[in-house]
This record gives sequence, structure tokens and C-alpha cells, in this order.
Amino acid sequence: MTAVRALPGDRSRPESPENPAIELRDLRMRYGTNDVLRGIDLTVRRGEVIALLGPNGAGKTTTIEILEGFRSRSAGEVKVLGVDPVQGGEAWRAKLGVVLQTWRDHGRWKVWELLDHLGQYYRPYATPDRDRPMNTDELIHTVALHEFAHRQVKTLSGGQRRRLDVAIGIIGRPELLFLDEPTAGFDPHARRDFHDLVHRLADLEDMTILLTTHDLAEAEKLAERILILAGGRIIANGSPAALSRQVAGKSEVRWRQGDERFVHATEDATDYVRNLFAQHGEQIADLEVQRSSLEDAYLAIVQQHERGQRPDQEVLSL
Amino acid sequence: MNHTLYAARLGVSRGLHEFRQGVASSDQWFNVIMALIFLTVLIFQRDATVDGTSFSLASVTLPSMLGMMVALGGLVGVSSQLSTSKEDGSLLRAKTVPGGMVGFLVARIVQVILDTLLSLLVILIPGVFLVNELVNAGITGWLTMLWIFALGLLATLPWGAIISSLTKTMQSTFGFTMLPVMGLTAISGIFYPISAIPDWLQVIAQVFPIYWIGIGMRSALLPDSAMAAEIGESWRQLETIGVLGAWAILGLLLAPTILRRAARRESGSALERRQNLTMQRATSG
Repeated sequence: MTAVRALPGDRSRPESPENPAIELRDLRMRYGTNDVLRGIDLTVRRGEVIALLGPNGAGKTTTIEILEGFRSRSAGEVKVLGVDPVQGGEAWRAKLGVVLQTWRDHGRWKVWELLDHLGQYYRPYATPDRDRPMNTDELIHTVALHEFAHRQVKTLSGGQRRRLDVAIGIIGRPELLFLDEPTAGFDPHARRDFHDLVHRLADLEDMTILLTTHDLAEAEKLAERILILAGGRIIANGSPAALSRQVAGKSEVRWRQGDERFVHATEDATDYVRNLFAQHGEQIADLEVQRSSLEDAYLAIVQQHERGQRPDQEVLSL
Repeated sequence: MNHTLYAARLGVSRGLHEFRQGVASSDQWFNVIMALIFLTVLIFQRDATVDGTSFSLASVTLPSMLGMMVALGGLVGVSSQLSTSKEDGSLLRAKTVPGGMVGFLVARIVQVILDTLLSLLVILIPGVFLVNELVNAGITGWLTMLWIFALGLLATLPWGAIISSLTKTMQSTFGFTMLPVMGLTAISGIFYPISAIPDWLQVIAQVFPIYWIGIGMRSALLPDSAMAAEIGESWRQLETIGVLGAWAILGLLLAPTILRRAARRESGSALERRQNLTMQRATSG
């Protein structure tokens, strides 16, 4: 049915009767003689949270900008909320939330004023089941900027500024939210709060969220599905757990027997440990089983891809 | 309500808000310095009279300066606002919001009108005390000034927007607007009657808006006996409307297409590239 299928283990949601949030068929982008995107197929269902990973220059930002309607593609079919972004009008725009990597805009505005002003543009696009915009005061609390509500935007710290960007991105209660490296520069506490916010947006507001990140722990925590983009193609697509299993299937078992320490790599850790106990019983101490992490999986997938694509390496080094 | 109209109304409130922010900011140093320069010129010109009339040179220069400030507001004011918004991402932000571009453009127009009015008042209010001939302008004079102001902005503002769309960085935008204004000011009879310059330069000056906004302002604020110093000894109001109207119509026809093309190119990566470029220049220069 679709060119890209979710791997088993994907936490599936019931199929929405509506059209998918994003649908890409053979999306291609070429700058001069450089092929940045070389045929991307992707379907994102409504309500999914998807993380887009990949080395720098893999085409993540280009892909997102095409979806946002800020860049026109070289070839392929693109539908975002059922509309080709190139032809997306204001009503379509009202259903999107956009958080880009760098913003320095509106430095002279006060936090509350700016959020409230930008929110008002969404008022004509409110629908019975989607009240637009969100309440400014509540949203400022949600992103924990209430203490800074009457400060000038240019006086905010990097992390505070980022939280304002996220607030502006969601004030119109979007159906589809793009987050480009949303937590760059966050301290661990702000990061945890942000993750809670994303979960709430996905669950309570029923937003479809597409985010890019370099933080694999973050991708694992937030996303139901992970896409790895390299060399202008999607080279992996699945749930975090499925990706880890797919690549480095081996787990490491460590234990101590008397004064001796042991490490053993195995495909089936459970079976191996069962045998270990059967043979040595109470002599086994400090037992540890470590599954290969998503990070291991990611690095392995990207490495495999690069090895397989030697002749095309100039594409990767974009 | 019509969605575009709604966004335009938000743009008006945005423009008022940003004008207030500008008034309370260091932007005003530009106005203060301009006013000091102009008032100094007026003080030196008080005792000289214009050939063939009994008017002081200062009384002719003051309205001409107001005309120059209208052109400056329309060209330099709007283009510097636009390129600042391009560089800090405010324009891109407007693109992410429904109706945001309409609001943004209306806000720019509102802000340029108010900024320009303020820059005129800063010169006009102290100027009236230095040049008492202007007190006799009367109500029709001030009304004439108002429509010259409006027509002058219409003739220059779209071109400011066009220039800022065609230039890449703030510095080049400033160069491409400020230099022509300065050059044309020198030949447009602003600080000295135009009859003092060679004929062929007079012809060039009369192609561009600055000369016509200047004579328009003189026609508004000076008595008709001051016409003696003008080309053809007339205020030539019909010609003023014709030339300024032509610049306005051509500009308004071209600006939307060119602006749209420039705005379409705005994206996150374009913004980042431009910010990096500015940073490089700042660190290497």
C-alpha cells in the first residue's frame, strides 16, 4: 500500500479516517548538480510523533522546509494536511506550527505582547473542535515564562528564547507541528519539561509532530517512529525499539565469578543467562545485561550506509 | 469579517506598537542629529536672500528640507526596516503566521508614515521659530503640505521596498538608498535654488521625485511671490502631481511582485546563511 512500511513493534494508533498528515512520493531536491534529496517516500499518520535523524547535511532541513512551504521542490509529490505546500493558502498555514532552528526576531517586543499579537492572527481560523488561538496567559505558564512575561524578548537567555519560540509555534493550536532541534541549548530540567509538553501536545491536543534532533535519547523518549535520513534518502524507518533490534542484535552480558570478571556478547541474552545460572548457580554475582542502545543502532546504520555508498560520498559531505 | 482586512487591522496595531518602541529607542539619535544639522544650516542661511526675491535663503531651504525628509523616509526608512526584518527573522516569522505578511506590510507602511511625520516635526517645530516667514502659510498651505507628504511617500516608499528586496545585506541596502538620496539632494534645489546648477543637471533632477517633493513643500509653505526663484517662475503643481504620480504608479505596480519573490525566498536556512555572512563580516572587519 505504502512504499515505506512501519517496522513491527511500532506502537500503532488506530487509522484515522482523515487523510494522512504528511504524504511524500519520490520527493527530490537538487541544487545545481547536487542531489540533496534523492527520492523520499513517507506517510505520516495524524497524531504520530516522528523524529527525523541524520548526519549534518543529510537533507533534514531541506525536507522540513519543503513541507513547511518555504522551499519549492525539484520533483515528486508532496501533500501536507492534504494540500500541496506550494499552493498552501492562509487557512492551510493556520493549521501548521513552525519552530525553526534560529530566531532572533522581534527583540524589542515584550514576551506577552508578542505572543498575544501573533496569536490574534489565528482567530479567524478557529473551528468548533479547535479553538484558536490558545490563551496567552495559560500558554506563558505552560512554557514557564510567566516570570518574564513583561521582559523584552532580546533580554531572554537562549533557553528562554527557545521556549518562547515553541510557544509561538503552538499558539495557533496547530494540527501539525514542525520542531527543528527544539531543545538545543536547554538545561536538563528545561529539557525534561519540554518533553512533558510534547507528550501533552500529542495526547491532549492531538497534534502530529515532526521533530529533528541530534539527541538520540530525546528521539527515543518522544517519538513513536524514527526516520534516519542519509545521503538524501530515508535509510531506516521504525520504532526506536525496532531499530535497535534490527541493527545490532547482540546484547552484552557481564558477570563476576569469584574474583574473575566475564563479558559475553550474545544474540539471546535471556537464554544465555538461563544457562549461566543452571551451570554456575550462586557463584554468579554482579550480573548485568546491556542491550544495544539506539545510539549504537544509529551509528551502525549510518556507518553501514556510508560504507555501501562509497562512490556517492560527496553527497554525504554536503 | 474578511480575513485579509482582519490581518490588515492587526498590522495597523502592530505598526503603532513598533513606532512607539522606536520612539523610546536609540533610533531617535538619527532624528536628533538630522535636526541639529538642518537647524545649523538654517541659522547660517538666515541673513542671505534668494536672488530676485526678498525671501531669506533659510525660508526657502526649510520647506525643501521637509521634502527631502519625506523622500528619505520613503526610501531609506522603509528599506532599512525591511532589511532589518529580513536579517533578524521577523519577516520569516510573519510568513509562518496566517495573514502575517499582510499584517507585516501594513505595519511597515504605518510605521514609515509615523516615523517620517516625526522626523518632519523635529525640524519644523524649531524651524518655525528661526524662519518666521512660514507662520503665514495658512490652513490651505498646511493642507497642501499634507497631500504633498502623502504623494511624496507614495512615490518613494514602493521603491524603498523594491531596493531592499533586490539587495542582500543591510549595508548594501543602506548604500543603495542613502547614496542616491544624497546625490539627488545635491542637485534638486534643496539647500540652494536649482537655478544655481547647470541646465543638464537640472534636467536630471527633474526626472526624480526629490525635486518635486521639495517644490511641493515650498508651494505649500511659501507665499506665491517666492515663485520668482523657481523654474518657469511657477510652482508647477500639475507637473508635480504628474511626476510623483508616475513614480507612485510604477512603484506600486512593480513592488508587490518583487516583494513576493523576495519573501518567497525567505526560509530558515536562508536566514541562517545571511546571519553567518553578517557575523563573518563583523569578525573579519
